[in-house]
Amino acid sequence: MDQLNNYLFIAAILFSLGVFGVMTRRNGIAVLMGVELILNAANLNFIAFSRFGGMNLDGHIFGLIVIVLAAAEAAVALAIVINIYNNLNTINVDEASMMKE
Amino acid sequence: MMEHIFIHYSLFILFLPLVAFVIQIFFGKRLPREGDWVSIGAISITLVLAINMFVQMLLDYDSDFSVEASFVWLDMGAFNIRLGFLVDNITIIMLLVVALISTCTHIFSTQYLKGDIRYSRYFGYLGLFTFSMNGIVLANNLMSMYMFWELVGVSSYLLIGHWFEKDSAANASKKAFLTNRVGDIGFFIGIMLIYSAVGSFAFTDVFDGVASGVIAGTTLTLAGVGLFMGAMGKSSQFPLHIWLPDAMEGPTPVSALMHAATMVAAGVYLSVRIFPILTPDALLVVAYVGGFTAIFAASIAITQTDIKKVLAYSTVSQLGYMILAVGTGVYTAAFFHLLTHAMFKANLFYGSGSVIHSMHHALHEKHDHETDPQDMRNMGGFKDKMPITYWSMLLSTMAIAGVPLFSGFLSKDAILAGTLSFAMHHPEHFLLPLFGFGAALMTAFYMFRMMFLTFHGEPKMPELIDDIHESPKEMTGPIVLLGALSLFIWYTLPYFNPMSTHGWFTDLVVPKDAVVPGNLSANEIEEGAHHAHYLAMYISIAVATLGILLSWATYIKKAVSADQWSARSGFLYNWSLNKYYFDENYDRYIYQPTLRLADKVAWIDWELYDKYFINGFGRLTNWASKITGKFDYDVIDQLLVDGTGRISNLIGRKFKSIQTGKLQNYVLYVAAGVIILMVIQSF
Amino acid sequence: MEYILSWLIWLPVVGMVAIAFIPREKEDLIKQAAAVTTGVQFFLTLVLWNNFDSQDGSMQFKEWAEWIPSFNISYHLGVDGLSLPMVILTGMLFFIGVFVSWNIKKAVKGYFALFLLLNTGVMGVFLSLDFFLFYIFWEVMLLPMYFLIGMWGGPQREYAAIKFFLYTLFGSVLMLVGILGLYFSCGKTFDILELTRVAPEALGGLMWWGMSAIKVIWVLLFIGFAIKVPVFPFHTWLPLAHVEAPTAISVLLAGILLKLGVYGIIRVNYGLMPDGVYWFSYALALLGLINVIWGGLCALAQTDLKKLVAYSSVNHMGYSLIGMAAIVAAGEANGANIKAAQAGMGGAVFQMFNHGTISAMLFILVGVIYERAHHREIEGFGGLASQMPVYTGITAVAFFAGLGLPGLSGFISEAMCFIGAFPVYKTIVIASTIGILLNAAYFLWAFQRIFFGELNEKYNDLPEINRLELFTVVPLLIITLFFGIYPAPYLDIISSTMDTIIEHVVDMATYASM
Repeated sequence: MDQLNNYLFIAAILFSLGVFGVMTRRNGIAVLMGVELILNAANLNFIAFSRFGGMNLDGHIFGLIVIVLAAAEAAVALAIVINIYNNLNTINVDEASMMKE
Repeated sequence: MMEHIFIHYSLFILFLPLVAFVIQIFFGKRLPREGDWVSIGAISITLVLAINMFVQMLLDYDSDFSVEASFVWLDMGAFNIRLGFLVDNITIIMLLVVALISTCTHIFSTQYLKGDIRYSRYFGYLGLFTFSMNGIVLANNLMSMYMFWELVGVSSYLLIGHWFEKDSAANASKKAFLTNRVGDIGFFIGIMLIYSAVGSFAFTDVFDGVASGVIAGTTLTLAGVGLFMGAMGKSSQFPLHIWLPDAMEGPTPVSALMHAATMVAAGVYLSVRIFPILTPDALLVVAYVGGFTAIFAASIAITQTDIKKVLAYSTVSQLGYMILAVGTGVYTAAFFHLLTHAMFKANLFYGSGSVIHSMHHALHEKHDHETDPQDMRNMGGFKDKMPITYWSMLLSTMAIAGVPLFSGFLSKDAILAGTLSFAMHHPEHFLLPLFGFGAALMTAFYMFRMMFLTFHGEPKMPELIDDIHESPKEMTGPIVLLGALSLFIWYTLPYFNPMSTHGWFTDLVVPKDAVVPGNLSANEIEEGAHHAHYLAMYISIAVATLGILLSWATYIKKAVSADQWSARSGFLYNWSLNKYYFDENYDRYIYQPTLRLADKVAWIDWELYDKYFINGFGRLTNWASKITGKFDYDVIDQLLVDGTGRISNLIGRKFKSIQTGKLQNYVLYVAAGVIILMVIQSF
Repeated sequence: MEYILSWLIWLPVVGMVAIAFIPREKEDLIKQAAAVTTGVQFFLTLVLWNNFDSQDGSMQFKEWAEWIPSFNISYHLGVDGLSLPMVILTGMLFFIGVFVSWNIKKAVKGYFALFLLLNTGVMGVFLSLDFFLFYIFWEVMLLPMYFLIGMWGGPQREYAAIKFFLYTLFGSVLMLVGILGLYFSCGKTFDILELTRVAPEALGGLMWWGMSAIKVIWVLLFIGFAIKVPVFPFHTWLPLAHVEAPTAISVLLAGILLKLGVYGIIRVNYGLMPDGVYWFSYALALLGLINVIWGGLCALAQTDLKKLVAYSSVNHMGYSLIGMAAIVAAGEANGANIKAAQAGMGGAVFQMFNHGTISAMLFILVGVIYERAHHREIEGFGGLASQMPVYTGITAVAFFAGLGLPGLSGFISEAMCFIGAFPVYKTIVIASTIGILLNAAYFLWAFQRIFFGELNEKYNDLPEINRLELFTVVPLLIITLFFGIYPAPYLDIISSTMDTIIEHVVDMATYASM
């Protein structure tokens, strides 16, 4: 069982790094990378619980779905970032505040 | 009963003048001679019919003769009114009087009103009057009597106001109608009192009802006095006498027909008809009203200078006589006097009309429009210029003064005998015969004064006397006829007894017992009157002689100076000359206060009640709505509704600062939240 | 025949729609359309009269249709001896009214459209037997009247119109409350016939807030109707509205609308609350007396001829009220004097009709002189009798009819009212006979000032009354004269119905403590 803790530990670190990235970076692409980290932390958890928690292949399936989802999300998000860049000439998310007022 | 020939006659007598009226109103102006022949034709037929009935009555010589016919006029089930005719001897005599005087008036008027702008209208109104008067005479019930009563008032209104361009005529016509209405109100109240007790308007039912006692005591007295008020109005009795003298503003033939012979006699006729239901108390009222009027009006007539005014007050006084006779119970004498008076008084009016007519023409010749053609102070010495008028008028004057051998003597004597006998039965009412004899004295005096001033002595306006001519024969004809009818002989046939009323009249018109329990019976009254007959006769001859002598001494002999006497009598003369200031006082104490009251009421209604009270509601609502409006805006809208918005706004603004729009901040909040939750969880 | 009542009511609406499609410039065509509509309606009223069974005192020609079943509201029409004369009068006066308003200049199309709408409202009130329907027609009348006074009236027309409107609306609101009170306490029905059957019992002994329900409803409804009559002290809208309204509208106002008040009191208050009749009759007679005297005195003081005639309406309707109060004479307590009750009720209903014709005539005649002289100041005329003899003659007859001269219809109804009320209310009747004198005084005085004396210089080329005006006034004159001489045809129509009403009031009164 100790192995599970190890996995979880690593996943927690990954998650924290992801969150930290999302919170601190101003660069849109960096924020996306933070999100990827969070997703992958979750994936790691799914796989770990699937392996050690007696949950058969369910965790794996979820992991695969998350990967596909992440890919799609990355595609959409990058497109948004490119659009922001095209319109505002920057990818700094703080600058994109037109809806604020 | 309907098939009795007299009912058919009556129908014609009633409606022919109405037909004439309708023709005159619609076509009169377009007919040749403005249609006077239509009216004269119609009235002549009624005269023929009336004479026919009269002759028939004399032939039958039945004192109990009476036929009745009626029809349902309106019917609501229990409530219904039947109208109809009652023809008895009184009716027939009265019909003849109306038809005769009316015919005479029609003929007289063709000359008197020659060239008048409303000539055809005038004849139409005469027809309306004759119709209404015949309606009163023929009525067998109180309701139709009342209806015709008012119609007579209207025709009087129209005829008095014939020359309505003159304000005095317009005023007089209005006054006549309104004064009559005062009496009519009493009449109507009397009718209601009787109807609510008896449940019928017909005289026969009323008499039966009273006899059976369904109405008695004070109620019956009040009813009687109420009905008598109608008679007071029409017959111009004190205190409603004020209209008759003013009514002289109408054309003189009208005065003769209506305001001397027939219309004013309607009151007496009504009193005679309702006599059986008058209680002793009601009769006393009647007697005192009549007696007082007789002497009161005579005392005014003494000082009047207008020839028609003298005759008007004389008429009031004579009507007072008749009413007095009704009150003292000798109601057949009242009716007898009505008959004789109608003849001689109509004649006196025709005579005065003839004089005025000729004065008018004389003045016209001289282009004098200032002098009053009716003022006796402008006359004098007309005797030789107008002999026919003079002699006929003298006959009538003899009659009214109560000189033996003339009709007035008989009827007056009968009345005075009645009052005397009444006073013998009831000594406390000694005033009644005094009124009667006093009035007789004054009547003899002022009538001869009138004759002397007009026809005798030196002409007071000598420049006129050459233009004074006898009137045309259309006018003198009626004068001669009626002058002849002032002789006694016509009334005592088939007997020749100048000292007693005994004749066809007393045979055919016999007193009936009153139906009121406790009244004197007809026999008692007659016996008493018979008893007092000779005494009354001597006194009345004495007073008549005295009056004539006084008059002769004053105005012919000039042994007594009228001016001195009038100066010596002080305020009495002024009072009499000014008719005891009745018009002035009525004006001051009745008309003006009424008008002021009306103004006040209208002011209250319009300026006070409507403007302040009713519109006050409007203003109150307005004010209230302003207050609510203010509350609505200031409190509800501004404070509560907008306040909620403002508070939300404020709160929103406060929280706006954490809403940075920066994603990272939000994630930070989330993370912080998670950490806080975890910390909490761990405890 | 089956739907004749509906035809009577809705025909003017048809005419109104037709007028709506006529271009506004074709004024003559509009007038002709209005004349034809009202003429046909008048003819129908005569047909109705011809087919009416005067022996039957109940409702005839009844029509019934479901309308709003969930509230028990129906389209219920019927006519009896009380409403038939009013229906005929309505048909006649509206027909005459078209010709009286022939010279209207302003907005002819709108005028006649509203005129016909008013016609529908009035007809509907007289014929409806359902309270809801009754109320709706009652309100339908109000609106055209407001505009007819407010737009075509005299200088103060707007003030007069709003006053009339508010006064009447105030009354009709109270009436609505009364109607709802009846609806909820008498088995939830608006049907007047049904209510007539059940209301006397259902309301007997019912108490609201410590007061008898009968008294409450009676007063609510009475005020609603009294404003229309108008009964003192609700009368002040009348002179103003009359003075400001155009002639034809004055004619209709006096001729018909005032009758709705008396009609309503007899139909509704008498029918539904016999106990209330006994309770209120003294007050009714007293109000009649006040109307007579107050109206007479006010009329005496007027300087405006039209206002004088308006106050004479107050005076004349007083006689009607006195007559109506006489119904209690038929009660046991008053000696079951059916005669008096018949005389009084017959007189009151006859007076409604007579006042309708006489005051219509008077207003038309005032309109005639106003059109010529452009003023109505009584003092401003003088001597017109020599200038306009025909007009003078007709006015004389109208005035004499107004002052109750025998031989003209007004006398009979006034006399019947007095005779009927006399056994029960002696003092009141005797006091109100003073009104007869006041009547004569104000009419004769006005007559003298206008027609007698020297001719006023200003008016020596005043034209005589013309053919059109004669056409409007002569029929009324003939009716006045005819019923004055021979009233039996009218009384035949109403007498069975009056018997029914008297019997109903006497029999249904519970004499429960109120």
